[in-house]
Amino acid sequence: MADVRLCFSPAPVHVRTARLVGVAVARRAGLREELLDEVRLAVGEACARAVALHRQYGLRDQVEVTISDDEPYTVRVVDRAPVEAGLGLSALPPDELADESLTDEALTVGVGFALLAGLVEDLQVRPVAEGIGTEVRMSWPLHRR
Amino acid sequence: MELALTSRTVGEHTVLEVGGEVDVYTAPRLREELLALIDGGTRRIVVDLQRVDFLDSTGLGVLVGAMKKLRGVDGTFGLVCAKEPLLKIFRITALDQVFPLYESVDAAIAAGA
Repeated sequence: MADVRLCFSPAPVHVRTARLVGVAVARRAGLREELLDEVRLAVGEACARAVALHRQYGLRDQVEVTISDDEPYTVRVVDRAPVEAGLGLSALPPDELADESLTDEALTVGVGFALLAGLVEDLQVRPVAEGIGTEVRMSWPLHRR
Repeated sequence: MELALTSRTVGEHTVLEVGGEVDVYTAPRLREELLALIDGGTRRIVVDLQRVDFLDSTGLGVLVGAMKKLRGVDGTFGLVCAKEPLLKIFRITALDQVFPLYESVDAAIAAGA
């Protein structure tokens, strides 16, 4: 088992770096090629969500990403926002998506969660074991031969 | 690939061609461009996503915001998207039921998007 760890300041520009690292490790670990786009999008959504939470709460703490190339390929993204904010995720039905009263922020959060839930078969969102924050854990089977 | 934005006029429509990555970092530029068009009086917008390599929830939020803003001024808004990876994103988020999606710019304009 080998872990790749990445910590970055909560700035949108670094989310792209996290996506690139996530895909690079997944490719090297042997994840099926057709899943790489899903990994890229899911890692980006999880990191963008963490960055948004840190900015919302004025937190300078770094966002932590840990990627394991063991079976299954696993990405964990940890934010340090209050747990109730981190766990307050819900997908939005189509009629609410186009609702005029829905704020852009609420829309993006709802769409982001819908993407995570739709892309990642094994998705867990839970409080971190120590301290304040939430962990988004995503995994994909490697099916190594 | 960086975000690339180019607009052109086709009859009554303004076609905004988007290329590269539309994500949490670049989406604000797309929002500014769309708002500038709408605030400048453009009422029929077709956004061509055919050259987009990556689209996340922030980018989708910008597109929904532009559609709502145009709807509020009796404008029209259409998206051109025929790439399966992007179409999958619209399906997962149920936004395929919100946006008028077209296979080509010609189809969007012919439909009066």
